[in-house]
Amino acid sequence: MIWRLTIGSLAARALTVFMTIIAIALSVALFLTVDKIRTGAKASFTDTISGTDLIVGARSGSVQLLLYSVFRIGNATNNVSWDSYSKIASRPEIDWIVPISLGDSHRQFRVMGTTTDFFEYYKYRQSKSLEFTNGAVMADLYDTVIGADVASSLGYSIGDPIIVSHGIASFSDHDDQPFRVHGILAKTGTPVDRTVILSLEAIEAIHVDWQSGGKTSNHTTPAEQIRQMELRPKSITAALLGVKSKLQIFSLQRAINQYNDEPLLAILPGLALQELWSIIGIAEMALVWVSWMVILTALIGMSATICSSLNERRREMAIFRSVGARPRFILFLFMTESMFMAVSGILIGVAIVYSGLFVAQPILDNMFGIWVPITMISKAELFALFGVLGAAALVSLLPALMAYRLSLADGMVVKT
Amino acid sequence: MPPFLYMQDVAFQWNDDTQFRLQIADFAVEQGETVLILGDSGAGKSTLLSLICGVVAPNSGVVSIAGVDVAKLNDAQRDSFRAEHIGVIFQQFNLLPFGTVLDNVRLPLKFSAKRKQRAQTSPDDATQLCQALGLPLDILKQRASKLSVGQQQRVAVARALIGQPPLVIADEPTSALDSSNQSAFLKLLFNQIKNCQTTLIMVSHDTQLARYFDRTVKLDDVAHRAGVIS
Repeated sequence: MIWRLTIGSLAARALTVFMTIIAIALSVALFLTVDKIRTGAKASFTDTISGTDLIVGARSGSVQLLLYSVFRIGNATNNVSWDSYSKIASRPEIDWIVPISLGDSHRQFRVMGTTTDFFEYYKYRQSKSLEFTNGAVMADLYDTVIGADVASSLGYSIGDPIIVSHGIASFSDHDDQPFRVHGILAKTGTPVDRTVILSLEAIEAIHVDWQSGGKTSNHTTPAEQIRQMELRPKSITAALLGVKSKLQIFSLQRAINQYNDEPLLAILPGLALQELWSIIGIAEMALVWVSWMVILTALIGMSATICSSLNERRREMAIFRSVGARPRFILFLFMTESMFMAVSGILIGVAIVYSGLFVAQPILDNMFGIWVPITMISKAELFALFGVLGAAALVSLLPALMAYRLSLADGMVVKT
Repeated sequence: MPPFLYMQDVAFQWNDDTQFRLQIADFAVEQGETVLILGDSGAGKSTLLSLICGVVAPNSGVVSIAGVDVAKLNDAQRDSFRAEHIGVIFQQFNLLPFGTVLDNVRLPLKFSAKRKQRAQTSPDDATQLCQALGLPLDILKQRASKLSVGQQQRVAVARALIGQPPLVIADEPTSALDSSNQSAFLKLLFNQIKNCQTTLIMVSHDTQLARYFDRTVKLDDVAHRAGVIS
């Protein structure tokens, strides 16, 4: 019966109670959303490249190598000679190796030269392979495969011509050798979406008449002639590789790092991604703190509403006291009330998050490449929710104690 | 045998109020007696009732009810003593508006096992009581806030009487009613308490009510006070 009376008392103040519960629900939803997107973003980020055991490039920093080879941010300070690449490629530990060559661009997108092996071995999000929405892997020297963002923002479809510019943000185009879109990749949420992929030979081909950033003469070697040439690159930017046995990763890494003929660097992509995330991760902590503050605000709001209702409820307290309820019972009554609001708020908040996630999951994946898995509430989240409950108990102690003191002072004298 | 209720050499002062001081040298009520205490507002009626109900303890003296010196009990004991022995009727609007009629009537049973036991021996005491007090059966499940003032007062009486507490305290219960309703209300109340030998103490400023009671006492005759209660 007391439970029913508590509900009745809350129902009598339905509007404020409802708004309080909604405030708590939204704050909890915000917190959980931030948490889920944060872990989702982190997972998507660290899943940008998977299945690759080592990335090899010219010696620099591991984050820098990761940035230009995987994220296409910044430039390589140096190249890896084809000679060194071949030597590494022929080592017995190597299962597969894919060279990549960067440096040119198309509009705002980077151009990457590689082999068709790239489509087989580049994996993201655990073990997902690149997929084509249209077309296929380049078959001709002048074929390109473009990422989903390239296709959508430039409105390209299969067969459209592409002119590659020399360098990045440059005004000199390789307009003598136009390319064709031959394949369009599905959205991956990785930098591949923003990449124009050519064959390694094509990169050589467009530079036949070029030397150190400029066209050597006005003479343009005709395409037919270029096709006859041996288009072996002198150097590449980096290489992705997989080893036959995971046990060999570290010994191979050491061997590459100690390579005598040329200063090289081999990095473990997972480790470098973690390192990079720890730099970006400061922002995520700020978000978490903000969402905690929002929860606290909602709880203080709840406490304030209960406090402001105290005066109107002195009669209710006097009635309870007159039938023999102890002041402690009044304390219990008020605590029950706030706990009820907090629990309802939390449950509704969780419901909002999960139903929202259901709707938003494909949208987030398509638009931002953030894959937020719909998982059960994690232990950490559950812990946090109990924390919210504890905080609710703490802040509602104030109005409850005030009610306790009031009922002690008033007794059964009905005031107001 | 000592009287059912007696107060002797009682002195009381509210904690935060040094001006007001209530003293009762000697005041006694026999079991089954109905007593009207007359006093103007500010005469210390609320304080007297608070002392009898054990909401406050006197600074000194004896407040004995049914052989128990309430003044010697601690706070929690006084609360459960009140739950068990005393039914209280306030002036008006003294129901929980969001509870049903039955919720309100049964409320004291939550706090007193003995009264609950007594209420359960006769089949559905609450319903019977409401019927005897002239409340139609179909409103028992209704919210108390939907009732008329007269009906609310009857529910308040039912709440005070349920589980047959030996003492009923009424604080100006008729002040909100017109005179015809007043007498009807008092008749119902007296019918009920006569049946169970309940002692009734009512405070009021209305001398007209004296005719219904066994005895009328002027508060000024029993209580000496200093200062004025606000």
